[in-house]
Amino acid sequence: MTASVRPLPTPGADLPDHPAFLWDNPDPKPSYDVVIVGGGGHGLATAYYLAKNHGITNVAVLEKGWLAGGNMARNTTIIRSNYLWDESSGIYEHSLKLWEGLEEDLGYPILFSQRGVLNLAHSLQDVRDSVRRVNANRLNGVDAEWVDAEQVKKICPIVNISPDVRYPVLGATYQPRAGIAKHDYVAWGYARRANELGVDLIQNCEVTGIDVVDGKVTGLRTTRGPIRTGQVALAAAGHTSVLAEMVGLRLPIQSHPLQALVSELLEPIHPTVVMSNAVHVYVSQAHKGELVMGAGIDSFNGYGQRGAFHIIERQMSAALELFPVFARAHLLRTWAGIVDTTPDASPIVGMTPVDNLYVNCGWGTGGFKATPGVGWCFAHTIAHDEPHPYNAPFTLERFTSGALVDEHGAAAVAH
Amino acid sequence: MQLIPCPYCGPREEAEFHYGGQAHIAYPQTPQELSDFEWAQYVFFRDNPKGPFAERWHHAAGCRRWFRAVRDTATHELLAVYRQDQPRPEVVR
Repeated sequence: MTASVRPLPTPGADLPDHPAFLWDNPDPKPSYDVVIVGGGGHGLATAYYLAKNHGITNVAVLEKGWLAGGNMARNTTIIRSNYLWDESSGIYEHSLKLWEGLEEDLGYPILFSQRGVLNLAHSLQDVRDSVRRVNANRLNGVDAEWVDAEQVKKICPIVNISPDVRYPVLGATYQPRAGIAKHDYVAWGYARRANELGVDLIQNCEVTGIDVVDGKVTGLRTTRGPIRTGQVALAAAGHTSVLAEMVGLRLPIQSHPLQALVSELLEPIHPTVVMSNAVHVYVSQAHKGELVMGAGIDSFNGYGQRGAFHIIERQMSAALELFPVFARAHLLRTWAGIVDTTPDASPIVGMTPVDNLYVNCGWGTGGFKATPGVGWCFAHTIAHDEPHPYNAPFTLERFTSGALVDEHGAAAVAH
Repeated sequence: MQLIPCPYCGPREEAEFHYGGQAHIAYPQTPQELSDFEWAQYVFFRDNPKGPFAERWHHAAGCRRWFRAVRDTATHELLAVYRQDQPRPEVVR
């Protein structure tokens, strides 16, 4: 007896093609109204909203490498807004709402898939903290629910909920509106629309100096010549300290390698996003079929985009205990990005002691999800020379005043 | 995995060590006179250079002693290791 076997579709065959034209590749002009340093997701989104929301189009985005080749190309694409504190849920929920309309807004497929996120609880304290966060989320209008182990199994059947493991799954918080998006497409969508609106996207252009006269920014020196500008906005993630030092500005950030990895392409087996702080791993399955996993940061300060193998080993053993079915999957590729962590695990977005110099940094391990939200608020900050209400709490001064937004360990933040 | 040359035990695997951040941060001499800004600098602000960085390490799974190292944060290369009571060495690269 023979059975006809239908060939499986090629993984990724359903992904949309790219448009023939994305953006120009101009030389820098001698002067701009605003220069954004850093052509990653945050920089490109800021440029787009400056042009779209505020009509400011004489703008350059300077990128020392290629567009979106830093952390925008290296993150694990998880999008959620289930943070504990009011300040955080404000900006992340604003971001999530923008994600929900982004494909239409940019006219570009970003494959935003609201497949939900489970944040697992493995101890009694985890359970208490999680339930508290669910309640805080609901008060802030963020969708959240507490689910027990059986319900976790219903949402994601491949999770091992056996009680006789080192870190049993006692339950989870579930945010159904959370999900993933295709990170490269997000950056390309922003870049393309920003370019259409008149923004110059300048690649292979590294900033080597920032000119300040009488406490005010007047221009930049770059590997492609000097540029005069009225306003400078830093959005360079792990390298922000290096830039800020050019004007003698000290920031409370430390740059660390953060590693992630993908498996080979697999059949769809993982319907949602699962994060676990206690065992330190987060997993989803990309549209093409790779399992995408991330870990915690490497402990030491580092600007090299690579980390230690024992971090990956630890992450894999955690993943295997949660998902025994992964035992036969092959690891395809590992890499690292440089993340800028702050003492309170919240970002710094706003003004600096130097006039007309703005900073957006300190997003640590969680900047991707904030891309639309922070682009929106940072553009507002630059256009009005004062913070948007959503980024107003995330000042540099909070480290002196003590008004920290302490998300560390409080809001499913995997650091 | 990197080998870290503990000044007491010699080269050991990185997994045996615990990182302690920037070295040579002294507790303020006159804490009662510090302004909020100065306290913030002491508590929250650390250097974050791309290049040689003097930092503390703890050989947690070995001799359990703290020591210091100058390490290049761009290449992750260990340029010098020294004891807690020694000054930061000149690093010749």
